[in-house]
Amino acid sequence: MIDIELKVKRFNPDCDEKPHWQTFALQAEPTDRVLDALHTVRWDQDGTLSFRRSCAHGVCGSDAMVINGANALACIVLVKDAAGNDGGTITVEAIRGLPVIKDLVVDMEPFFAQYRSVMPYLVNTDDPGYTERLQSPEDRARYDDTTKCILCAACTTACPVYWGNSEYVGPAAIVNAHRFVFDSRDEAGAERLDLLNQRTGVWKCRTAFSCSEACPRGIKVTQAIQEVKRKSLFDRI
Amino acid sequence: MKVHRHSYDAVIVGAGGAGLRAAIEAAGRCRTAVITKLYPTRSHTGAAQGGMCAALANVEEDSWEWHLFDTIKGGDYLVDQPAAEIMCREAIDAVIELEHFGLPFNRTPEGKIDQRRFGGHTRNHGEAPVRRACYSADRTGHMILQTLFQQCVARGVNFFNELHVLDVAFVDGRVSGVIAYDLATGDLHVFNTKAVLFATGGYGKMFKVSSNAHALTGDGPGLLYRRGIPLQDMEFFQFHPTGIYKLGILLSEAARGEGGILRNESGERFMERYAPTVKDLAPRDMVSRAIQSEVLEGRGVGQEKDAVYLDLTHLPPEQIDAKLPDITDFVRTYLGIEPKTEPIPIQPTAHYAMGGIPTNVDGEVVVDADGTVFPGLYAAGECACVSVHGSNRLGTNSLLDIVVFGKRGGRAMVDFVRSIDLPALPDGVEADVRGRIENLVSGAGGEKVARIRADLQAAMTEKAFVYRTEETLSSMLATLGDLVRRYAEVTVDDKGPTFNYDLTEALELGYLLDLSEALVVSARARTESRGAQFRTDHPLRDDANWMRHTLATRKGDGTVELSYKPVVGGDYLPMERKY
Repeated sequence: MIDIELKVKRFNPDCDEKPHWQTFALQAEPTDRVLDALHTVRWDQDGTLSFRRSCAHGVCGSDAMVINGANALACIVLVKDAAGNDGGTITVEAIRGLPVIKDLVVDMEPFFAQYRSVMPYLVNTDDPGYTERLQSPEDRARYDDTTKCILCAACTTACPVYWGNSEYVGPAAIVNAHRFVFDSRDEAGAERLDLLNQRTGVWKCRTAFSCSEACPRGIKVTQAIQEVKRKSLFDRI
Repeated sequence: MKVHRHSYDAVIVGAGGAGLRAAIEAAGRCRTAVITKLYPTRSHTGAAQGGMCAALANVEEDSWEWHLFDTIKGGDYLVDQPAAEIMCREAIDAVIELEHFGLPFNRTPEGKIDQRRFGGHTRNHGEAPVRRACYSADRTGHMILQTLFQQCVARGVNFFNELHVLDVAFVDGRVSGVIAYDLATGDLHVFNTKAVLFATGGYGKMFKVSSNAHALTGDGPGLLYRRGIPLQDMEFFQFHPTGIYKLGILLSEAARGEGGILRNESGERFMERYAPTVKDLAPRDMVSRAIQSEVLEGRGVGQEKDAVYLDLTHLPPEQIDAKLPDITDFVRTYLGIEPKTEPIPIQPTAHYAMGGIPTNVDGEVVVDADGTVFPGLYAAGECACVSVHGSNRLGTNSLLDIVVFGKRGGRAMVDFVRSIDLPALPDGVEADVRGRIENLVSGAGGEKVARIRADLQAAMTEKAFVYRTEETLSSMLATLGDLVRRYAEVTVDDKGPTFNYDLTEALELGYLLDLSEALVVSARARTESRGAQFRTDHPLRDDANWMRHTLATRKGDGTVELSYKPVVGGDYLPMERKY
């Protein structure tokens, strides 16, 4: 066990006018997750600390937050990596660009509305009957990277353009459009590219690579956005 | 506490695989609300890894009858055979339908859906492992959850996110509503509805070492149990053999399907002694017991010699990267081990509830041994018990269960709501929920939720895990009595209305305590060993007395009453279970 400090940016809409920092001192195993440290606070010290979580191993996407200044999932960052092996301070705050409701909980509705706006579903009007559509392993591999998205919003809320312009659909929505634009079975690529060709779409991207750095699933988000840009320019003449 | 009122034809509680598949069925056919205490894509279906079995025969000869036989034998003959037949037959169309919905399955060189081996799935009634599991790397559940959610978005399904359903209203012997707590505002929502389908998933958080998400607290079965609905086969809880040491995070059976081997301290491939034919690909109950036996006999590994190794080091690195990318990342992240060069310490982890809300094959909840249907009440997925898994579920059959019976339940519910009018919902149905919340917020007791929960999880893992006896189970019941008394003295720190997880964790703990009691009482009464329940004091299966399902009913005075119903047989007669 090591001694650590968890410095959390807190806000309670029922009694606070503005956010403030609060520091909790606690003990943790170096191999504990930052999520475990947050639980230690909520369970042993202060039950009013609010944060979302569910699976606790990086697949459900509930607990994206800013840890030591960078977007990450609290359940896949270990205490030793955030605080050092001998202990230290870990700072935690809500992801940026979405309205904070309480403590580390933000309003996810704008994010999901942007996701829904890019037709994030397969469109195919052919009826293949009671048999599967064929897809070669190469065609399947073409969009594999973007199928890994868990909609945690780490990429979108790491994007400086998104911070300044919440009309921009953001990296996560584009990732989910990419997943279908490059799926050989899909028929709505042109329609989706039209949506992303608008003022709110891919051209807002300034290739800062913040999204790729933030993705806890290792998706090459910036590359996916560039591929959509390129397709939108060259494949539609 | 403000109360909002809504009116729908049908309400679905839970938005994992079963809830979303039911929603796809109901959307556009009746006015439907889908309520989840999370966001749909946070559901634990997304954590399923290895695959979904269906006898497509894309890579080798296979048939749904073989799949059916494996399911029945795997379930140690407590499976209702007609229900399992439906699941195994409809599996094929269910996989094809998911492909049409856009699910990115791995493909064969010819472009067909690829298939791989999985525990307990064999060719021709046990001859050898068969390639039956359709998969998408080791994130098949993620792909199913995303794909079903995408289809719900396409259909404009009406979601109520972060609403926590805490009670159901019955009027004149039929469903008339559900009551939910709004996490964002602290308000209550009362939904007047003709029917409700529960798809709230499992309740593995009653154990300390568990693969389950924090959200898996059995709210659906818990609240129905309190309203007098019986729970079936609660004693059968699956312990998955390969959880990450200490953490319990799942490492898919696909690791062994791809060739991974279990080894003890001396490096011996010990499964050769327990299951000479299928070895490491024996069903989960047998592998978990084999691991525990190795540990108990002193051949374990790890700090406390209470684990064994999962060895992938002989597999080609490119196969690991292509087929098992996520689980090997978990090992690197949490254990700091490189699975390509080092063996992984693992131990059994609480994984899946075979038992739950009793239903028929159309998802209708049945409340007695005669199959009497409770009008308007439906359940599907892990929270339900059809029973297609019997006393031990085969790997991949849960993903199959949620899509097959989610669809059937949704369809039956649509038919039902079209046949009747909206029932009356009297004023004040939210009184019980309101009272529970007010007690927890304003109580004067000093007990803390986290302490009681930790004590529950530790005791259940010590006394009601892979090996059980009359003594450990009786001791567990005494412990539960203490915990329930302490629970009555819980007061939460957070008194506010906004994202008060202190409060919702307290409400969830109440359900975990009730379900633990149902499990332990059912387990103690069953004086035999079958599937996932192993009684050291009754080590043999006893078909003469125990070919029957347990029904646990909570009486008005809080005691648990047990009754039984026969297993529905079929072509396959019980025989000794060897692999």
